[in-house]
Amino acid sequence: MIPVLIGVTLVISSVVYLSPGNPAQIALGQNANPEAIEELEAEMGLNDPPHVRYLDWLAGAAQGDLGTSVRSQRPVSEMIMERLPATLELAIASMALTLIIALPLGVISAVKQYTWVDSLSMVFAIFWISMPSFWLALILILLFSVNWSIFPISGRATPVFTATWLMSLALPAIATGTRRAGLLTRMTRSSMLEILNEDYIRTARGKGIGDRAVIYTHAMKNAMIPIITLIGLQIPLIFSGAVIIETVFAWPGMGRLLVNAVLSRDYPVVQGTVLVYAVIVIAANLAVDVAYSYFDPRIKYD
Amino acid sequence: MTDPLLEIDDLHVHFHTEEGTVEALDGVSLTVERDEVVGVIGESGCGKSVTAFSTMGLLQSPPAEVVSGSIRYDGRELLDLSDDELDGIRGDDITMIYQDPMSSLNPVLTIGHQLTEPLLAHRDISKAAARQKAIEMLEACGLADAERLMDEYPDALSGGMRQRVVIAMALITEPKLLIADEPTTALDVTIQAQIMDLLRDLREEFEMSVLIISHDLAVISEIADRMAVMYAGNVVETCSMRELFEAPLHPYTRKLAESIPSLETSVQRLPTIEGTVPELIDPPTGCRFASRCPDYIGSECDEIDPQLAEPEGIRDHEVACHYYTDESDAEPPWQIQGVEDQ
Repeated sequence: MIPVLIGVTLVISSVVYLSPGNPAQIALGQNANPEAIEELEAEMGLNDPPHVRYLDWLAGAAQGDLGTSVRSQRPVSEMIMERLPATLELAIASMALTLIIALPLGVISAVKQYTWVDSLSMVFAIFWISMPSFWLALILILLFSVNWSIFPISGRATPVFTATWLMSLALPAIATGTRRAGLLTRMTRSSMLEILNEDYIRTARGKGIGDRAVIYTHAMKNAMIPIITLIGLQIPLIFSGAVIIETVFAWPGMGRLLVNAVLSRDYPVVQGTVLVYAVIVIAANLAVDVAYSYFDPRIKYD
Repeated sequence: MTDPLLEIDDLHVHFHTEEGTVEALDGVSLTVERDEVVGVIGESGCGKSVTAFSTMGLLQSPPAEVVSGSIRYDGRELLDLSDDELDGIRGDDITMIYQDPMSSLNPVLTIGHQLTEPLLAHRDISKAAARQKAIEMLEACGLADAERLMDEYPDALSGGMRQRVVIAMALITEPKLLIADEPTTALDVTIQAQIMDLLRDLREEFEMSVLIISHDLAVISEIADRMAVMYAGNVVETCSMRELFEAPLHPYTRKLAESIPSLETSVQRLPTIEGTVPELIDPPTGCRFASRCPDYIGSECDEIDPQLAEPEGIRDHEVACHYYTDESDAEPPWQIQGVEDQ
């Protein structure tokens, strides 16, 4: 985990170092005095060799200091902390929505293979998989906010865990969650179908313990391994997809912070945001690994 | 005489595949009396396992379809029962031992969980009591250190140990009928003998009827009272164990009995049966053994399907061959004799 993080920070720093544009120039504006720019460059450490800049930044990051924004002159960590809850709640809500839709639907279409339920879920899945989420987001806004005025058009409501908060979260979560649900439904179905043909499922049926126990205890626990793998792969996609969705819905999350920082060459903010994303994704993958060993006792970690 | 415990009558099972309809069972009739061990013997693909799975209601449908016939257990028609109703019988009164112990246990559930499941489903029993019973059953099946095994997962056990677990699982509800589908095929020879000894001892201890299926006469002959010989989806002969070896009536059974190696005579090669088993997609009309039969009579063999019946003058010995039916006047080239009871 630590080597991965170091690798990630190294890549971020290199990209920032290699990218065009002079942050000092941008901070001071087009008509700034060349001397002032030089002074600021020295102050920001832009003249130091890359490894010194990287180590300085790393030392700061380890202590929770991600530097100061070139644009707003505010500490980067403070800016991220403001945005982090919004991003996390959107990611968790869309993930939850994905699971709530995909798992039952996948299981039902596997158990009732080739029936109308199966065909319907197939249509559903292909529909969501083929729909670009930004376009879906616009359609949702058009229908539910503009035409029918059920949900707010954009923005996030506080305090959290209130009805208005939930209403404002609904559309962004649906836009990101349903798309993932399409894919996961298909995965759940094929994984379940494979397991349902196993000999031990027949053994379980032969015990006369009833369909529910056979499907939920014997089949599901086995089928979860590939499903969890896919969930693990989708976690980074949910965050990267959120960058677009946050923009469409004016959602005050880290995604928009990142986009704005990139556009204004605010490198400390870019570095800090990407680092936080990396930490979240790595933590999620760790959780996936832990989940593996719960569902399959044959998987053990030293 | 009371009803038999299990009575399979004229069972037809088809499998609908992309190549066509496979007529896997073509009128199988079989009875298991109370406290009797019936062995079903036949080569691979002759429908032995399909018969067993039909009885347990475990055929995968589709592609399988029970076309006609009846399976009565203790007077109840099993084919009319819904899955839920069947769940009241299977796993409790009728249980099954499966062919491959490596794949018939769930890899992600503990032995204890899988072992206590039938008890918890069919009996009003606490978890602790079920666990205790499971430990006793593992010990009865010759597994040492049963207490520790309860919390193990199947991958920690060898094939022989797993099959003992599968047997313990089948016996834990003290069933009236045990169906053993090739219980030793996947095991090596020394373990085979141990498992057969175990099955014989447990059968006496629990006084249950057994339907044991195998392609290995040596395995079945150790335990069965009565035999049913199957060929290409038909039962061609049923008789006692002794009659099978000493006075077989069907040409196929005679060939089968001849092919058993003996210690007394030395031969270069064991006798075999010419030809191959017919395709069960669009099978031949008439007797399915006709094309390979060394004692083929004539056109009646190709046209009329011989029914399983007792030949004149012989009791408790049924055969499906035109040497013994009214369709043909031909006399069998071998002597018909009954075996006197000892």
